[in-house]
Amino acid sequence: MPRLNDLAGAGPASNARAILLRLGAIGGLVAGLAGTFAYAGGWLSPGALTQARIVDHFERVNGPHPGFRRNHAKGLCLAGRFESSGQGERLSRASLFAAGHVTPVTGRIALAGGQPYAADASTTVRSLALRFHLPDGEEWRTGTNDIPVFPVRDPAAFDAQLRAAKPDPATGKPDPEALKAFFAAHPESAKAASLIKARTITSGFADDTFRSLNAFRLVARDGTTTPVRWAFVPEQAATAQSPAQGARPDTNFLFDDFAAAVRRASVRWHLVVTLGAPDDPTADATRPWPAERPSLNVGTVIVAETAAEADGNCRDVNFDPLVLPAGLAGSDDPLLSARSAAYAQSFTRRAGEPKAPSAVHDTPASGAGL
Amino acid sequence: MSRTPSFNRPARLLHWIMAGLILAMLFIGVAMVTSLAHYDALVALHRPLGIAILVLAVVRIVNRWRHPPPELPEDLPGWQRQAAHASHLLLYALMLGLPLLGWAMLSAAGYPIGLAGALVLPPILPRDPSFYAWLRPLHTILAYALFGLILAHLAAALMHGLIRRDGVFSSMTLRLRAFRAR
Repeated sequence: MPRLNDLAGAGPASNARAILLRLGAIGGLVAGLAGTFAYAGGWLSPGALTQARIVDHFERVNGPHPGFRRNHAKGLCLAGRFESSGQGERLSRASLFAAGHVTPVTGRIALAGGQPYAADASTTVRSLALRFHLPDGEEWRTGTNDIPVFPVRDPAAFDAQLRAAKPDPATGKPDPEALKAFFAAHPESAKAASLIKARTITSGFADDTFRSLNAFRLVARDGTTTPVRWAFVPEQAATAQSPAQGARPDTNFLFDDFAAAVRRASVRWHLVVTLGAPDDPTADATRPWPAERPSLNVGTVIVAETAAEADGNCRDVNFDPLVLPAGLAGSDDPLLSARSAAYAQSFTRRAGEPKAPSAVHDTPASGAGL
Repeated sequence: MSRTPSFNRPARLLHWIMAGLILAMLFIGVAMVTSLAHYDALVALHRPLGIAILVLAVVRIVNRWRHPPPELPEDLPGWQRQAAHASHLLLYALMLGLPLLGWAMLSAAGYPIGLAGALVLPPILPRDPSFYAWLRPLHTILAYALFGLILAHLAAALMHGLIRRDGVFSSMTLRLRAFRAR
């Protein structure tokens, strides 16, 4: 078969059968490699839970709000500093914990949910996201919530909960049977939900406690690691929200109160790091750690200004919980990697979208340069 | 400059090391963007690996410039010769371009680009989310293009090695053998 030999560029002496076999082997190898690539990219498992699917869900539930975060959509930027007490120096080599160290901080307070124009409501979960600017380009980003534990243990449970809580198009409310089934299948979430429901709702952001919920590790200079969870505990005494306050008609009362408080005087939170014992669950954010665990007050976050979201400020920051400086590390908590992935997906989607002004305006007197 | 029948030893070593790294990088990249459970671990590999590939690509191009590769066989049809030259140019462009694009994209997104420990790369672009929104899909498209090009390169190399048996494949193998077409 000289034609095949010519086509393939083989010498005239090669036999056609051998050429076909070898061509087949080459084709098989290339197809195998392409197939493995498709498998790695998830094309062969369309039902798998991916970062895109998590973010798609938020978009479906909340409707399109281009330019905004898919969750914690309504927020206000803040800036200030972190003053270390030196108490964390022994356990973490991150420079921000060195005694007397002052680290610039920027951040964002927000309300959970993907509705950027929703009215402030007393039961909505509040969040505090902070970005510590360390020397030499290092950063620590952390997103914390004012609930005692996280409602779900892992990404699969998160997805199941989102689906169970999906409003029924007929009634506009979640199907109570679906929620019951979810909690039956996830007893840890049922326990977490009752702890979350029982929390004290404070008068606002400034007297609220915000928790990491996920476990992390502090890494000391000698490499020793300590499992930790942290909380931003307000310096001012917490007061429970009064019914009158919760019923205020102004739609941004929580944010406006916080901006007003910061204008009067800086608002302070202590960074309290709870040290876990070896048996404490680090991979299950639905379970609280025993109350008697020791904790360290490693420093104070001092918020000196606030500013409405705008080009280049906190609006354009992904508060990825795994952006950590040397001396802080993630744990085996499966939610951490999933949060990192879903936040990246949300950030990428909104980065290219046209921006609309935030519902939360700030008075021009403060923080214009934020 | 004198021509040798084979690539010099550094070129061959660099080729096979980078072949492994780039394939690993492409698989890590494509898995990373859908994964939830392993996202963080894969990203933590992807960044330093990308920079390693960038550095090796520069070393490789310098070596290639100082030690030109062997000529293609004279009886190779013109279109194949042109395809070989064009695809190699593209391979080098992507070897350099993809890591640079990744670095630029993360700079525009305002992410600290941590490599290991406290080592963070400086940004090479100002922070601008709308620019990031352009660069991010470009990084994906060019990575797919590189994977496709690598498949074509592999198929062509094996055609040379198994069918044409013209010494082109063996000029890049690690053990230098006198491979003669029958």
